[in-house]
Amino acid sequence: MSLVEAINTTMQFGGLKAVNELNMHIEEGEIVALIGPNGAGKTTFFNMLTGIYKPTSGELTFAGGSVAGKKAHQICRLGIARTFQNIRLFSNMTTLENVMVGRHTRSKAGPWQAVLRSPGFKREEKATVDAAYQRLQFVGLASSANELAKNLPYGAQRRLEIARALATDPKLLLLDEPAAGMNPQESAELTKLVGRIRKSGVTVLLIEHDMKVVMDIADRIYVLDFGELIAEGKPEEIQKNPKVIEAYLGVGAEAMLAQA
Amino acid sequence: MAEAIMNTITKPRQGAWTGKRIALIVGLLLAVVIVPIAFQGFQELSFFVRVLAIAAIYVILALGLNIVTGYAGLLNFGYAAFYAMGAYASVVVGNLVIDMIAKIGNVGLREFLTGSTWIAMLPVAAVVAALAGLALGAPVLRLRGDYLAIVTLGFGEIVRLLAVNDFLGLTRGAMGVSTTQVNPVGLTWLQDNARLTFGGFDFMFSVNLYWYFAAVAIIIFTIFVIRRLDDSRLGRSWVAMREDEIAAESVGVNVMTAKLWAFALGAMFGGLAGVIFANSQGFVSPESFIFMESAMIVSMVVLGGMGSIPGVIVGALLLAGIPEVISGVAQSPLLSGLISAETASSISSYRYLAFGLLMVVMMAVRPQGMIPSKRRAQELQPDDMRIVEDEDQSSWTVEHGARHDL
Repeated sequence: MSLVEAINTTMQFGGLKAVNELNMHIEEGEIVALIGPNGAGKTTFFNMLTGIYKPTSGELTFAGGSVAGKKAHQICRLGIARTFQNIRLFSNMTTLENVMVGRHTRSKAGPWQAVLRSPGFKREEKATVDAAYQRLQFVGLASSANELAKNLPYGAQRRLEIARALATDPKLLLLDEPAAGMNPQESAELTKLVGRIRKSGVTVLLIEHDMKVVMDIADRIYVLDFGELIAEGKPEEIQKNPKVIEAYLGVGAEAMLAQA
Repeated sequence: MAEAIMNTITKPRQGAWTGKRIALIVGLLLAVVIVPIAFQGFQELSFFVRVLAIAAIYVILALGLNIVTGYAGLLNFGYAAFYAMGAYASVVVGNLVIDMIAKIGNVGLREFLTGSTWIAMLPVAAVVAALAGLALGAPVLRLRGDYLAIVTLGFGEIVRLLAVNDFLGLTRGAMGVSTTQVNPVGLTWLQDNARLTFGGFDFMFSVNLYWYFAAVAIIIFTIFVIRRLDDSRLGRSWVAMREDEIAAESVGVNVMTAKLWAFALGAMFGGLAGVIFANSQGFVSPESFIFMESAMIVSMVVLGGMGSIPGVIVGALLLAGIPEVISGVAQSPLLSGLISAETASSISSYRYLAFGLLMVVMMAVRPQGMIPSKRRAQELQPDDMRIVEDEDQSSWTVEHGARHDL
């Protein structure tokens, strides 16, 4: 059984098919990349997987169960976590607090215990802080634990979002353009981080435009254009695929490249 | 290492018991206790005790609304509804209980029990108000901003009109309901024993003073609960929800549940305030729960500083205290030379104009309130943050075409 299965998954907004009959699967332990020009439907697919959109038709399953129609926080509890294309941190909370919020589904103390300060509550708070701190160490942000999230440099903010997502103990991590705005050194660090994430037992699906990053870490690649799947396969195959080249560089580009 | 981090974060908020802090708290406690006693002792100033009692009740209301608006970030323009429910519940159920107790033979026991009824009504009112909070919260969860404001306003009016129309035969319409006259527990003892006379100072424990201290006890309880909630899983989910609801939901926060908790807990404190109000006044009628009341309470929270406990307290003391002081001063024999009765009443009628102007000026000049909570002050930082946010918003809209309901 695949970890994620999309069967003829479609997302339609009025007359526009943002995602058109997408068929894809992700196996446990893989790092899969979803690439394609802007507006191809990649983030829309992420939103379907995380419960922000409900697929108009088709099936979309995670660990054997359908995610269509489930609420975002329920899906998070099931084991899918994500980062956002435009970073969505809790700006006025500290770095550590941001990650502590990520522990929300894996903790249960309610208002009663909070007011009574029961021993169970205190234990859970300590565990939450420890777990959050651990994730910060994992992404290399431990020294900024008490900084306000909005005061972090851009690259650190991206890593914080990843740490927060990891705090939810996901089985599947969706990264939406994690390398956006990064210089080559930062991208190399990110590549290593994703490798460490895979080693820790988390499956990764990432949207990315930085081809170096994609080619370095992806096991398999799906290519979307105008909501449709135009190619899939290993990185080497995708690099040479004429349809992919055309999608990115325009019709006739393949011929032009062949001449050069 | 994590221990060290945790101590740095939690220490300042849970109160490191520094000398400075202790001095501040002791000073406050003294002021809260000594000042009204001083007022009570001077015949011309004794009306101030009633003013303080009223202001203290509004402090409870403002702190309760602060949970809904300041922490969870949800507008509520009908908060007086919970105040009303607590008050009516306290009177109706309280009268029933007192009637039952009246059948007891033993005079001492009977008086103790009837005197303690108001205390028993506190949890009753809390539950009634909390349930009302849930009843209001559940259908309005998906609403934002203006729509939430309108619906909550409507809810406040619904409750008031139900009371006016003699709901279930219990509220007696515009006539109102009176509490069965009893001496609250401990008052007679205090009146007999707590006396102090020297020179011009003649102190006797009064009914107003009793209810003032009762309100203060509730205030202390309210602050205690709020601070513990703030530093908890629920408190963090409220802040996260306020910062970015979509991100919070994606990270596992059940936003609907968090909002419901905010509504219910906020409402609960309104109910408690209602008990003190009903018992100190001896009488409850719909007039006390008009929309202006709700608007005033919102003003107290906003002007004082949303999300900030000291700010909200100051806001309540000023906005509730000043009008009462003005009308009281006109009646007081000591100061009647300063302000004539006519001047005082015309000042009262311009009160709403003054509030309106004050709100406009504060929003323009200091939107974070008089004593802002540090978080809120940061959230309201203009310009550069807003630019980032606008870009965020427009990219999101472009990426996803038309806006979609989540």
